[in-house]
Amino acid sequence: MSTHSMDQSQPLNGLPKPLLELRDLAITFKTNNGDVPAVRNAHLTIMPGETVAIVGESGSGKSTTALAAIGLLPANGAVSGGSIIFDGEDITHASEKRIVELRGSSIGMVPQDPMSNLNPVWKIGFQVKETLKANGLPHTAKDIAQVLSEAGLPDAAERANQYPHEFSGGMRQRALIAIGLSCRPRLLIADEPTSALDVTVQRQILDHLDRMTDELGTAVLLITHDLGLAAERAHKVVVMYKGQVVESGPALEILTNPQHPYTRKLVESAPSLASRRIEAAKSLGLEDSDELLAAHPDGVRTENVIEVKHLSKVFKLRGALGKSTDFKAVDDVSFSIPRGTTTAVVGESGSGKSTVARMVLGLEKATEGQILFDGVDITTLDRRKMFNFRRRVQPIFQDPYGSLDPMYNIFRTIEEPLRVHGIGNSKSREKKVRELLDQVSLPASMMRRYPNELSGGQRQRVAIARALALDPEVVICDEAVSALDVLVQAQILNLLADLQSELGLSYLFITHDLAVVRQIADEVCVMQKGRIVETGSTDDVFDNPQQEYTKALLAAIPGAGLVLPPEVA
Amino acid sequence: MPENDKALTPASRGKVSPYPIEHFVADVEETPVQPVDSSTADGAPRSIWSEAWRSLRKQPLFIISALLLLAVIVVALFPGLFTSQQPNDNCLLANSDGGPIAGHPLGFTQQGCDVLARVVYGTRSSLMVGLLATLGVVVVGGVIGALAGFFGGWVDAILARVSDIFFALPMILGAIVVVQLPFFRENRNVWTIVLILVTFGWPQVARITRGAVLEIRNADFVTAAQSLGVSRISALIKHVVPNAMAPVIVIATISLGTFIVAESTLSFLGIGLPPDVMSWGNDIFSAKPSLRTNPMALFWPALALSLTVLSFIMLGDALRDALDPKSRKR
Amino acid sequence: MAGYVLRRFLQLIPVFLGATLLLYFLVFSLPGDATAAICGEKGCTPAVEASLRAQYNLDQPFWMQYLLYLKGVLTFDLGTNFAGREIATIIAEVFPTTAKLAVMALVFEAVFGIVFGLFAGLRKGKIFDSTVLVVSLVVISVPIFVLGFLMQFVFGVKLAWTNPTVSGDASFTELLLPAIVLGLVSFAYVLRLTRTSVIENANADYVRTATAKGLSRPRVVTVHILRNSMIPVATFLGADLGALMGGAIVTEGIFNVNGVGNTLYRAVLNGEAPVVVSIVTVLILIFCLANLLVDLLYAWLDPRIRYA
Repeated sequence: MSTHSMDQSQPLNGLPKPLLELRDLAITFKTNNGDVPAVRNAHLTIMPGETVAIVGESGSGKSTTALAAIGLLPANGAVSGGSIIFDGEDITHASEKRIVELRGSSIGMVPQDPMSNLNPVWKIGFQVKETLKANGLPHTAKDIAQVLSEAGLPDAAERANQYPHEFSGGMRQRALIAIGLSCRPRLLIADEPTSALDVTVQRQILDHLDRMTDELGTAVLLITHDLGLAAERAHKVVVMYKGQVVESGPALEILTNPQHPYTRKLVESAPSLASRRIEAAKSLGLEDSDELLAAHPDGVRTENVIEVKHLSKVFKLRGALGKSTDFKAVDDVSFSIPRGTTTAVVGESGSGKSTVARMVLGLEKATEGQILFDGVDITTLDRRKMFNFRRRVQPIFQDPYGSLDPMYNIFRTIEEPLRVHGIGNSKSREKKVRELLDQVSLPASMMRRYPNELSGGQRQRVAIARALALDPEVVICDEAVSALDVLVQAQILNLLADLQSELGLSYLFITHDLAVVRQIADEVCVMQKGRIVETGSTDDVFDNPQQEYTKALLAAIPGAGLVLPPEVA
Repeated sequence: MPENDKALTPASRGKVSPYPIEHFVADVEETPVQPVDSSTADGAPRSIWSEAWRSLRKQPLFIISALLLLAVIVVALFPGLFTSQQPNDNCLLANSDGGPIAGHPLGFTQQGCDVLARVVYGTRSSLMVGLLATLGVVVVGGVIGALAGFFGGWVDAILARVSDIFFALPMILGAIVVVQLPFFRENRNVWTIVLILVTFGWPQVARITRGAVLEIRNADFVTAAQSLGVSRISALIKHVVPNAMAPVIVIATISLGTFIVAESTLSFLGIGLPPDVMSWGNDIFSAKPSLRTNPMALFWPALALSLTVLSFIMLGDALRDALDPKSRKR
Repeated sequence: MAGYVLRRFLQLIPVFLGATLLLYFLVFSLPGDATAAICGEKGCTPAVEASLRAQYNLDQPFWMQYLLYLKGVLTFDLGTNFAGREIATIIAEVFPTTAKLAVMALVFEAVFGIVFGLFAGLRKGKIFDSTVLVVSLVVISVPIFVLGFLMQFVFGVKLAWTNPTVSGDASFTELLLPAIVLGLVSFAYVLRLTRTSVIENANADYVRTATAKGLSRPRVVTVHILRNSMIPVATFLGADLGALMGGAIVTEGIFNVNGVGNTLYRAVLNGEAPVVVSIVTVLILIFCLANLLVDLLYAWLDPRIRYA
C-alpha cells in the first residue's frame, strides 16, 4: 500500500506528468449520526488523454471520489485527508475562485441522469451559451450550434432554441456532452453517463463520446457500475469497494486476472460478462457446465401454462380541449410460456413490455386478444374466478423500495396473501411464513423487521417470498433485478433459478437487459414499439439474430465486443 | 445499425494505454469482502412510526411545543387548579381595568373580572373549537380527498371542481357571510361555529389527502396487493390510507392552530362565540375598547392564544420533518 | 399557449358560477328571512314586508332569484342597500382604497419574503436560517388582530411615527403600516415557501451541473436556483392577492380604513344581506381573475406548462 503510492507520486522518467492524481484521498460526511467516512485511502492516476474507469456498486464511493476532484461534494461532505493534484497543482484546498476557474475549462463533467441535469426553464442554447461565456469563449449563435452539432445533435441551430422537455433522453445526454466538452477541458468526468438510457442509445452515445475525446485528446474519468462497460471503454480500471480502492490496473488485465476477492466476484457476476462466458463455454462445448444459470431439467416441455394470442392494448390519450387520440401500446402480441420454463420479453422503454405484464396479471383489461391460462381465457373471468386465478400468477416488481408497504412488517407482508385467501389459521400461517423466509434464505428473525431496515436485495427476497406464498404456478418478474447491484443481482437470479427447479415455477421475465436474459431465459420475445419483432429460443436469438433491431440490441450489451481469452470464459 | 461491426472492431480488445499501468491489489485484510445482503438482526424492529418518534425526540422544536401543549390541555381540563378566582362571579365594577393586586396577578378586565381566571377558563372553549373543527375537516376532507385520489376519473374531476369553488370563498370570508345569517345569529354556540369552520375548511385537507393518495395508489406495493386478490376498496383502506396519513397528520396539526385563530378572529369581530361563552377571542374583543388605558387585559389572552397556536404550528412543522418521506428514505 | 390560457379561462367560469351559487344559496335559502334584519325586532306590516320581498326578488323561486342576481352582477346593477344607496356606487367608492392596501401588502410580502427566504435557504441550518424560521412561525401563530394592535400601539401611539388610524384620503404613508400588518402573515408563508423551494432547487442535479460548467456562485444562485424557485412562489402570490382583499376586513377594522372590508363588516353587523352578497361576489371575481393571472404567470415562468 505505502510503496504503491510512492511509485505513483513520482513521475517516471521520460513520461509526461499525470493529469490528475488522487493521493490517499479520504472523504467524510457529517450526518446526524456523527461523521461517516465515505472514502478512505483512494488513489488513482490519470495520464493525459487516458480513459480511466472507476467501477463499484452503489455506495462504494466511486462518484464521491470523482466529484471531489472538482469540488462538487455535497454540502455535508469534505475532504478529510490526502490530496488532489491536477496537472501538478495541489487543488485539495484550493480557493473557491481557483476551482471555479478550473471547472468547465480544465475539468468538464457529464452527469448521470439526462432528465434532471438540464435546467427545465432555460433553452438548451442558453445553457450552452452561459458555459462558453463563463469560461471566456466566444458565444455567438454559431458557436453554440457548432458545439451542439459536434456532440451529434442534428439541426443544432434550431435545437438550441428548444427547451429540455422537447428533447428525448438521448438528445439531452448529447446536449450535456456538448456542454461538458464545450470548453475543451483536459479532463472529463463522466458519471454513469448513459445508465439512464436505453441500451441502443447508450451505445451510440458512448461511441460518440469515445470519438470526441479521442479527437480532442481529452482524458476521461468514467464512473460506472458495469465492469464490462469499463473494460470496453477504458485503458485502466479502478475497482472501488466500501470507500476503498481494492484493485486497479490495465482494463483487460483486471478482467482476465482479477486478484482481489471482490474483483473476482464482480468479474464472475457481471451479467454482460456472464453472457459472454456462456457463449464462450458453448463454443468450447461446455454446454452442461454449472456456469449456466438457467439450469432447468431439459425434460418434457409438454404444455403451455400461458398462451397469449393476438393481444392488443389501446390507450386513449387525452389531448388538448378534450380531443383524444388512440395509442396502441401493445399490438397483436402472441407468445406462450411452456410450464416450468422462463420466457423473457425484452424491449426498450416504451416498447409495451410492462403493459403486457399488467395484462397477464389481470391488472389491465386487454383491448383485444386472449390470454389463456391452462386453456382458460382470463380476459373473460368474473370477479370470483379472477380472485381464484390470482393465486396462480404472482408478480415481482422492479423497485425494491416501492414494492413493499413500508407500514407492514415482513411477517405481515408475507402473510397478507394467505390471509386474503383465507388459508390456514394464524399458527399455520406463521409456520408457512417461516418456511418461505427460509426458501429465500432470510433468517426467521427478519419477521418483525420493517422494509426500511432492509437492503435492496433483502427486500427483493421478501417480495419473492410474498409472491410464492400462494404456491403460484407462474411468477411475473417485471424488471425484477434491474435496480439491484451486480452482486445482489447475481444472487437473486440464482435464487430464482433454484426456486424454479425446486418448485417447477414458470417465469415471465420482463426486462430491458439482454445480458440478464442470457442467464435466465429459455425463450425470448423481442418487443419494439408494441410489437414482437423476433421470438425464439434464447440460444437461437443470441447466436443467430434475424432482425436488425435484435442485432442492435445484442451489440449494445456493454462488453459485447470484448474478445475474452478462453481461460476467463 | 449499419456501423455496428465497425464500432465493434476497435473496442474488441479493450483500449491499450501508451503509458505503463501498474496492477495494484489492496490488502485483502484491509477491506474484507462481506457477504452480500448479510442480515443485521440486532436491536428492536423499527417501524416508520418508531423511526419518526426517534427523530422527533431529538428536536427541540418538538419538545418545546409538546410540553406547551400538554400544559394547555391540562389547563383546559382542570382550570380550577390554576386559579382560585371565578371568572364571572365576583366581578366588581369597582375593579374595572384595575392593575395587578394580591390574588389577582394579572389585574382586571373592564367589567372588573380577574384576567387570569378569564384566561384560564377561556382555554377550554378555544381548544374545543380547534379540536372539533380539526376532527371535522379530517373526516370530511380526508374521506373526500382519498376517494377522489384513489378512484380518479370523473369522481376526481367533480370533487376537484367542488373544492375549487370552496377555495374561491376563503374560510374567514365564508364564515363572516354565514354567521350574519338569521339562523346562525340565533344559534351561536361552539357547535355552529365548528360547523361553519368545517364547511369552509375541508377543501384544504381534501387537496392534501388527494395528493398523498394519488402518489401512493400507483406504488408497486398497492399493485402487488391487488394482484394478490385484495379488492380496490380494501387496498385503499389497508395500504393506501395508512401510508397517506403523514401529510394529513401534519396539516391537521397546523389546522388546529388556524382554527383557533379563526374562532378568535370571529369572536374579535363580535360574530364568533356568544359573549357569555368564555374564550380568548371574546376576551380580546371585550378588552378592545379600553386598549389605550388597560392594554394588559388584551395582552394576556392574546399571549395565551398566540402561544397555543404557535405550539400547534411548531408541532406540525416538527412532524413534517420527522414524517417526510424524502428524509425517510435515507 | 393561447389554448392553455383559453382552457384555464373556461375552467374559471364554473368556479365563479359555483361559488356565487354557493354564496347565494347560503345567504338566501337557509332558515330565517333576510327581511327580518330590515324590519328589526318590531317587525313590519305584511304589506311592507311583501314590497321588500318583491324588491329583493325573495318572492321568486330560488333559481329565478339566483338568475336575476347573476343578471344584476353582469349588468353592474347590484340593487340598493337598506338605506336606498346604490350598492355599485358604494363598492366603487371604497374599492380603490382596499386595492391600494392589498397591492402594497403584496409588494411588501413578495420583496421581503423572497429576499429572506432566499438567504435562509442558502444558509440552511445556520443561525440566520433558524432565527428567520422561528420568527416566521411566530408571525404565523400570532393572530393578525393581535399583531395589528401591537404595531398600532407601538408605531402609532408610543413612537408616533405614523397616524394610528387612516384618514379618508388614505395616502401612501398612512397605508404603510396597515399594509405591513395585512401582508405580515403571507410574508411568513412566502418566506417559508421560498426557503423550501430554494433548498430543494439548490440540491437539484441541474444546479450541480451548472456549477460544474464553471459558472460563478452568484450566477448559479440567481439564474438557476432563484429563477426556478420563483415558480411556486409566484403561484402563491397571485392567489394571495384575492385572499388579501378578502382578509382586509380585520386590518381595516383596526386602522379604521374606509375600504371594502370595513363596508362588508358594517353590512354584516346590520344584516344587510344584499350588500354582503354583492361585496363577496366582487371578491370572488377578483379571486378568479387573480387565479387566471397566476396561470399566465405560471406559463411564463415554466416552459413545460406553456407547451402543454
